[in-house]
This record gives sequence, structure tokens and C-alpha cells, in this order.
Amino acid sequence: MSSITTREAPRGFSAAEYMTCITGIVWREGLRFLHQRERFVSALVRPLVWLFIFAAGFRQVLGISIIPPYETYILYEVYIAPGLMAMIQLFNGMQSSLSMVYDREMGNMRTLLVSPLPRGFLLFCKLLAGTAVSLLQVYAFLLIAWFWDITPPSSGYLTVLPALILSGLMLGSLGMLISSGIKQLENFAGVMNFVIFPMFFASSALYPLWRVQEGSPYLYYLCEANPFTHTVELMRFALYGQINWISLAVVAACTIVFMIGAIWAYDPSRGLARRGPAGGEG
Amino acid sequence: MTSPAPIPDPREVPRPDPAAAPALSIDGVSHAYGARRALIDVSFNVQPASFTALLGLNGAGKSTLFSLVTRLFGIQSGRVGIFGHDISKSPGEALRLLGVVFQPRTLDLDLSLTQNLLYHAALHGISRREAAARSAELLGRIGLADRAGSKVRDLSGGQMRRLEIARALLHRPRLLLLDEPTVGLDVKARADIIGQVRQLVTEQGIGVLWATHLFDEIMPSDDLVVLHQGKVLARGPMSRVITEAGAQDVNTAFMRLTGAHTMPGGGA
Repeated sequence: MSSITTREAPRGFSAAEYMTCITGIVWREGLRFLHQRERFVSALVRPLVWLFIFAAGFRQVLGISIIPPYETYILYEVYIAPGLMAMIQLFNGMQSSLSMVYDREMGNMRTLLVSPLPRGFLLFCKLLAGTAVSLLQVYAFLLIAWFWDITPPSSGYLTVLPALILSGLMLGSLGMLISSGIKQLENFAGVMNFVIFPMFFASSALYPLWRVQEGSPYLYYLCEANPFTHTVELMRFALYGQINWISLAVVAACTIVFMIGAIWAYDPSRGLARRGPAGGEG
Repeated sequence: MTSPAPIPDPREVPRPDPAAAPALSIDGVSHAYGARRALIDVSFNVQPASFTALLGLNGAGKSTLFSLVTRLFGIQSGRVGIFGHDISKSPGEALRLLGVVFQPRTLDLDLSLTQNLLYHAALHGISRREAAARSAELLGRIGLADRAGSKVRDLSGGQMRRLEIARALLHRPRLLLLDEPTVGLDVKARADIIGQVRQLVTEQGIGVLWATHLFDEIMPSDDLVVLHQGKVLARGPMSRVITEAGAQDVNTAFMRLTGAHTMPGGGA
């Protein structure tokens, strides 16, 4: 059999081609999101239930002392708002991972992965697109929350944006990493039980960590080690125009680690190849 | 093989050049899922402007081969080249020349026909304006121009397949891979799609690899690769494969080669 003899000179890809690709992927993700109105509604209803019902009931039980970044006593609703914003992104990140498992089963993932552009770049675009969708959800939530007297300084809506982008990327790449290990769609219930709930409850989203420390020092250390805690704190501080450097460092480091892990897992010679034929094989 | 006509072709059809690299070259490729060996030392070429049928039963390894050529799986051993570009070493250059229609449908059902095409074009870095022009042209060619704005969900199975083929051609590939594209389609839709793809070979000089288990989709002028249990049992022009197997038709040849006994419904 004749082997590879002649070939054309590689011409690479221009910056414009990369940009077209990014916009195309974000645009398609946005379109899909708009077509799934139930997803938007449930993404909003979930944190609102926490805000309207849980927080209202809970505020009598839990007193919040003045802790940074807050300068006065605050209502419990105000305290959990950043946690709920992070929850929106957590669910969105996991939901994107769900859609990747679905895409892979249905074959849509293939159309993405046979693009000639570098695979790491394609996956990064996918993460960016998921993050963009989560931003829509978070700002819609903040708008409704504003009517519920959760009124951070107006500049806070802007200063929280970089925090949201970073945490969206972190939670998205975590979801992607998890999705690479999921064989079937049904396993998503497991993700709920083993990832979403523990991450959410063992964090500073619902209660300040000094409260947790009073109850159980071990749980406190667990919460401190939970990257989701730092996502919440990063947002909480950013919403008031401040930077929590430790949280920023943790979130940035986790984003890098998760993203490299996800891209590694989707490398054709490793992650996908181990699992055998991906559908379509008779 | 006949030599190219001396008269310049008005459509500028690229002719196969024996010195040039084949459209697709599979060279000693083996692949295993754990202990199960899906492909064993598979080698064959697809020439530009040729129709090569990859014939095999379900489970013969056709889809694994497609996953390797499209770089969904990494190559464990052997080499895959597309117009001379090694798929492992320069995947970008190789994938750029490749169009593929997978067996499972891979369209966004809730998006319109045009939106599906634009998304694909973006994945290849084709600018929006250029993509819109190409989409409109291709939709016209597959007879779906009037459906451009409808949701893909509302199309019939045959129309979806035609759309997928149009999508695979959007970035003007020179090699087209189709994995059992007519499965589940009625007779007319099948004929339409086969006709459309054969036209691409003759008019545009695209090299086609068509995986199938249906004998009646293959014509005597086609190149044939018989894949069975991960091994290539025969390859070459269909007439030669039949003669070498000492058979009268492709059905009998396939049975002799694979030792299969039952051939229900003319398919393998």
C-alpha cells in the first residue's frame, strides 16, 4: 500500500478564523438556550425559591454579624444572594456537562470535534459559550432580586462581571471534566447527589463559615477547601467592589486545573478512546 | 484507468494524479478496545474522484474506522493520511479537507436549516457572509431553499440526510466520508442520496468513502473494500474482487469471502 508521499504545505488558521469559530459556538449555544425556555425558567425559579421561601423562613433562625465585605447588619437574603448566583452557575455548568453527554450520545459532539481547529480551543469556546449563558441567568436573577431589596452598589453589577466569568469558566470546566467520565445520560442524577449538593451545602453559600466552625471544626476545614466556597466569596466581595485575593487565587488555580483536565480527558488518544465505540457501531 | 482528456474541462474537474497523495490512505491501522480487537492491520486507499464502497456487516469495524479517520479516537497503530496530511501529526490540515456524514443524525433539531449550516461554517472559520452565501447555494442544490428558515425537526428523514451532506460540503472538502447514510430511508430518498453523492464524484472530483452493508448501493465501476471482523478481506475494483472470489456477483463474492451463509433481503 502506498504510504504518504506528497502533501500540500500546511496553511494554519488565521486570527479571523479563530474569532469566527468563537462567535459561532457562542451564538449557537445562545440560540439553543433561547429555544429551551423551560431551562431558563427553571434556572431562575431555583434560586428564587431559595430566596423567597428558604431565606424568608431562615432569617429568624440565623443571625448574621457584620463580616466583610458588609459594613452594616444585613438581611439573610442579602447574605445568600451571592451563594445563589454561584448556584445558578453551578447548575449551568453541570447542565452544560449534561448536554455534552447528550451531545455525545446523539453525535452532536462529533460535529464540534471534527472541526479542523485545535481541540483544546474548541472546548474552550464551548466553556465560554456556557459561561455566557450563565451570565444571562445571573443578571436576570439579580434584576428580580433587586425588587426584593437586594441592592448592592450599582457599580457592583459591573465589578462582579469578571468574577462571574472566571467562576463560570471554573464550574463549566469542572462539569466538562465530569462529563468526560460519564458514559450515559442517566448518570446525571449521580452528579446531582455527589457533586452539586455536597459542593453547595459544604460552602459559605448559605451560612457564614464562622458559624460552621462553631458547630464542627472538621466541616469548617472541608468548607474552606471547597472551591465552591471561594467562588461564592469571590462574587460576594466583587459585588461590593472588593477583591478577595485568596478566593481569586483558588478560583483561578482551580479553573486552570479543571480546564487542563477537561481538555486532557477529551484528547482523542486518551479520554474518548478508552470508552469504546461512541454510538453508531452495530 | 483512462488518461485525462486533452481538452480543458470547463468545470475544472480535478483529475486523479497518480503521483499525488491519495485522498485517503489507511496504512496498517489496528485498533483495540481493551482486549477486543476492532481493527486488525487495515490498509487501503481512496483515490480522488472515486467512489469507494466500504462493505461490511454491522460490527465489522466500519464505525471504528470512521472514528479514527475523523480523529474522534486516537490512532493506536498504523497511519491515516488525508491528501498526505497525517491525521495524528497535522489534524487541522487533514480535517480541513474532510467532510463527514455520521451514521447517527447530528443536526440541531430546534435550529433552522440555515442556522445549522452557519454553525458548521463557523466551526471551520468561514466568515459569516461567505457562509451565508454558500448555505443558500447548497440549500438550493439539495432542493431545500424554500425551507431555509424552518426548523430541522420538521424535515423528513431523507431531507435531513441531504442537509447533512450539504453541511459536510460547506467547507469544500475534497474527501467525503459517509457512514451508512441511507439507513432508515425509503427507496426514493435512498436513490436521491446515492445519486447526489455519485454526482459529487463525477462533477467535482471528490473522493468518497461510503460505508454500507447494502449490496445494491454499489456499482461495478466502484472500488470495493470488504471489511469483516476488523480485517480487510478484499480490496480493488468491484469487478476484480468478484472475479478473484470466483463469484458472479457481489453478493456471492461477499459470502465466499466472509463465510457468511444467510443474506436476508439482499443486504449483508
